[in-house]
Amino acid sequence: MSPSAPALRVIRPGASATVQDTGRYGYRQHGLAVGGALDLHAFNWANSLLDNPPGAACLEIMLGGFQARAETDITVALTGAHAHIELNGSAISQWRTIALKAGDELSIGHSDCGRILYLALPGGLNSPEWFGSQSVVPREKIEGIDPISADMYLIANRNIGTTAHREVPEAFRPNYREELTLRLIPGYQFNQFSRDDLLRLTTEEYELTQQSDRMGFRLSGKPMKEVPPGIISEGIALGAVQIPGDGQPIVLLNDCQTIGGYPKPGVIASLDCHRLAQRLPGQTIRFAYTDLADAQNERRLFNSFFRERVSFENFEKGM
Amino acid sequence: MISQVSENTLLICVAEDIRDDLPGKLRALCQLMESRRWPWLQDLVPSYTSLLVVYDPDQLDFRQATTAVRQVLEHWQEQSVPGSQDEPSDETRTIELPVYYSEESGPDLAALAKACDLEVDEVISRHTAITCQVYAMGFAPGFAFMGEVDPAIAHPRLDTPRKQVPRGSVGIANRQTAVYPVSSPGGWQLIGRCPTRLFDRNELSLLRIGDKVRFYSISREDYLERGGEL
Repeated sequence: MSPSAPALRVIRPGASATVQDTGRYGYRQHGLAVGGALDLHAFNWANSLLDNPPGAACLEIMLGGFQARAETDITVALTGAHAHIELNGSAISQWRTIALKAGDELSIGHSDCGRILYLALPGGLNSPEWFGSQSVVPREKIEGIDPISADMYLIANRNIGTTAHREVPEAFRPNYREELTLRLIPGYQFNQFSRDDLLRLTTEEYELTQQSDRMGFRLSGKPMKEVPPGIISEGIALGAVQIPGDGQPIVLLNDCQTIGGYPKPGVIASLDCHRLAQRLPGQTIRFAYTDLADAQNERRLFNSFFRERVSFENFEKGM
Repeated sequence: MISQVSENTLLICVAEDIRDDLPGKLRALCQLMESRRWPWLQDLVPSYTSLLVVYDPDQLDFRQATTAVRQVLEHWQEQSVPGSQDEPSDETRTIELPVYYSEESGPDLAALAKACDLEVDEVISRHTAITCQVYAMGFAPGFAFMGEVDPAIAHPRLDTPRKQVPRGSVGIANRQTAVYPVSSPGGWQLIGRCPTRLFDRNELSLLRIGDKVRFYSISREDYLERGGEL
């Protein structure tokens, strides 16, 4: 198969499926969102299973409901949210490679634990790159950078046919049902909130609402009572916690707008943003305060784990 | 002035209040940062009074990032001293944007005029009389927050935002004005439509922070000829 030949034909894209890599940097001055995979943990594992270059574009499937047919013999990898997966009608597991023969049908049911699945193709998914990234931000409606629709072909950057089976070790598969504590790095507006409100933020439980998407997650709980007035709009960081007038926090994620003017007690550690992105409406979360240096160290360890695990074989030999 | 925001961002606040000299200065600051070609600098987000700096935490920590940024700020402040020989060379551009003002293209035009106790023609002449400045980019690709409009036509945004505002719509929100580069939800008071493409996949955003903008009135025919849609 030539490197750019179709690997899979999409039968059903599900609720929403988009191509995502690690995002678009350097263009927020133009009003473009960063985009990029919402959960880099499951995303990195999907690429690792195929020895893909770090950050290679994958298909990000929201809430499952996806179905595709193999156009050629090819091994793909599937990680992320738990759903009922079928290969030609027979149930199979995930967090592993899946060897497909031409004509095979891969079907992903609706996710019942977790929100996002990543489907990786060998060498990465080949799709148009604009502004240094293949990531698709649907709300920006930029011509030619669209979500996946039925009958589209997914193209792999390389293919050596079907390859040996691999699985992500059990210990690295998260349970997205587990209760999650989001670690908040206090920001410079922290002291503008009342002590009672700041205490409330870390002692109460918050529920994820239906209004949660790639832009951000709205939470619902005991509202903050004395929300400071809005600020002059300023650049927004991934994971910023906005408190609008109703006192209910919104955690901003990859597709959020570039600037905003709601007051913010702080920003969620990026690794917790990935964990949050996998949670479904109705699940509860808590906040806890953390330190910037801790968050930075943890993030570096996460990055080096995936960067330095040179190949999956090395990893299996006991890294 | 420099605050740590997240693992990979810091915020430089250059002033407490919005001032019309800030967009140009912030643009110069962005250019100064970019000219250093730091491999760890990932993104810059200028806004009214601040600049968000995104760095790669694998390459340096927040103390090192702060130190590097502080050095640039010192250089920038020296440049910003009035009468300094070392002014940033990038000239401020003035961009003219045609607008078809009408009730057909601006569904809030009549109501806004009434609310401001003005004739519709007066609203148009006041909107075209000013030279605006781009204070911030955001909301959507190519969306420029411009100010400041004549206080006589300043009006708060709609209580309930529209689900869909057509591409090119020209709106007013308090003392700001903007053109919607793509159709999107929006709550600004719509007074007309502009046929000019504000964002292009290849050219990126037409407007940049610090640019001056003047609006001028065009006819329905002219609007359609320039590719405007109704």
